[in-house]
Amino acid sequence: MSALLHLPLHAIAHGRAGDKGDTSNVSVIAYRAEAWPHLLEQVTAERALDTFAHLGATKCRRFELPNLHALNFVIENALQGGVNATLGLDRHGKTLSYLLLGDLMVDVPRDAVPDGSPYLME
Amino acid sequence: MADGMSKTVHIGCGAGFMGDRFDASLPILKSMETRDGPKYLMFEVLAERTLAVAQNLKRDDPSKGHSPYLDHYIRPALAEAKRLGVTIVSNMGAANPIGAAQRVLEIADELGVEGVRVATVIGDDLTEILPVEEIAAMPTIEGIGFEGRPIVAANAYLGARPVANAVATGADVVLVGRTTDSALALGPLIHEFGWGADDWDRLAHGTVTGHLLECGGQITGCYFADPGFKDVPGLSRAGFPIAECRADGTFTITKPEDTGGLVNRQTVTEQLLYEMHDPSAYLVPDVVLDCSDLQATETGPNRVEITGAKGHAAPDTLKCTVSVDGGWLGEAFMTYSGPNALARADLAGEIVRDRLAERGMNEPVRIETLGTLATLDGGDASRRAARHLPTDGEYTIRVATQSVDRARAQMVVDELMMLYCSGPAAGGGNRGSVTSQIATASILVPRDWVEPHVKIEVHG
Repeated sequence: MSALLHLPLHAIAHGRAGDKGDTSNVSVIAYRAEAWPHLLEQVTAERALDTFAHLGATKCRRFELPNLHALNFVIENALQGGVNATLGLDRHGKTLSYLLLGDLMVDVPRDAVPDGSPYLME
Repeated sequence: MADGMSKTVHIGCGAGFMGDRFDASLPILKSMETRDGPKYLMFEVLAERTLAVAQNLKRDDPSKGHSPYLDHYIRPALAEAKRLGVTIVSNMGAANPIGAAQRVLEIADELGVEGVRVATVIGDDLTEILPVEEIAAMPTIEGIGFEGRPIVAANAYLGARPVANAVATGADVVLVGRTTDSALALGPLIHEFGWGADDWDRLAHGTVTGHLLECGGQITGCYFADPGFKDVPGLSRAGFPIAECRADGTFTITKPEDTGGLVNRQTVTEQLLYEMHDPSAYLVPDVVLDCSDLQATETGPNRVEITGAKGHAAPDTLKCTVSVDGGWLGEAFMTYSGPNALARADLAGEIVRDRLAERGMNEPVRIETLGTLATLDGGDASRRAARHLPTDGEYTIRVATQSVDRARAQMVVDELMMLYCSGPAAGGGNRGSVTSQIATASILVPRDWVEPHVKIEVHG
């Protein structure tokens, strides 16, 4: 059993952020089926909320789509007022999928990471 | 009904937002020439704020208030769509579908395309049904109030039935105002396959079809690429999507031949969850969609088959977007490059902050330094401090404020420009603007308040 790799979520999953009012939704989709159990176990609603806490997020719900190896996070008060009110540059929070993918770290076996991933070359 | 059971309905999407590629419909139409069965081309160009802006335009000139981009999308596509029997379905009607129909007929005349008929759907304008005071008093889904600000627009999201009825007139072009975006695809499918009001699973599949198509290239590799991780070939000439739909509701998403872009499980799954909350309860006027058991199967290059959508009984209410005057946003930028750029950019921010305070600026002001992951930090200084950013590089200071008073929003723009001669060394690339803002919130109204007012007309 080889050692686990400590990597950003970006190494094993992709996703997109959308907005409705002051709520952001961020999908997290496993590149490989082997990563799916690790997403389920490690990418919890609590950890996602922690990742958005500095923005003022107050609540996070996680939805699971096992057929698609996808999670959907619905994060309330994540957009500093949303497109109506925020003074930030990215009023829709379009960039925030990469906040979750970049800041949330996972510990995964080699086979959870796609072959040829730049993370395996570092 | 043998024909009805075995036919394939082809729906392409030529635009996923106002300002999307004007020429994306051309490869779709070329592909349609080789396809058998009913054919549709949808253009989704109507954001919530766009509709409010359109209402203001209509108030100033009753012939206006349709999409300002109508010509950009209709002019390149109309003749070929008419020749191939491809029905165009779009929400370019915005606040004025009938005005939009007149404009399409003018374009047809200018192009020499004969026999064009345009069907319109109206009845989504809540201000023509309820007094605005009553609308303003209704509780919002977001829990925010309108604080006495004047209502600019209030529109109900109509479902796919009116779109289906408009398609049934045999018109070449169907123009609506506010419907759900997915109704632009579900409407034609209801018409073609005769799905009943309680055909929940089929209606659910048709809603997924519309949801996957409605953002155009976002399902064919656009807004997806992450080089080295998610590579997409030929993005500059990405094909926009085509759905091949069957009577049982299941369908295949693909794209035109000889185009760039990519359709696979990854692109489909990202778009499926885009702006979706609970995937087991996605509400549209026609059905409650449940994606829990949805399957996305790659059946060939750039082909993904969708099955397994479930539907539950439609909601009793319709969602309406209420738009109010949101005042003015002032924002401006200045850039610093090379040695010590971060320190110079931060100093510029301090100067602007101090001067705005001295000039009596009471409105909240956001000062952020782009290049420091400002969009992800949301103004949290401790996150930035922990990051040990290189002080040499290229950093842009951005300052923004929002005010009911245009002149106060302008103060931010002025102060950033003044940095040219009175700021830190070597600021460049100043830009600034003051733009009027629309604020929106959502309310729910019983559908029988709205649906009796829906009218379909044919023009031309």
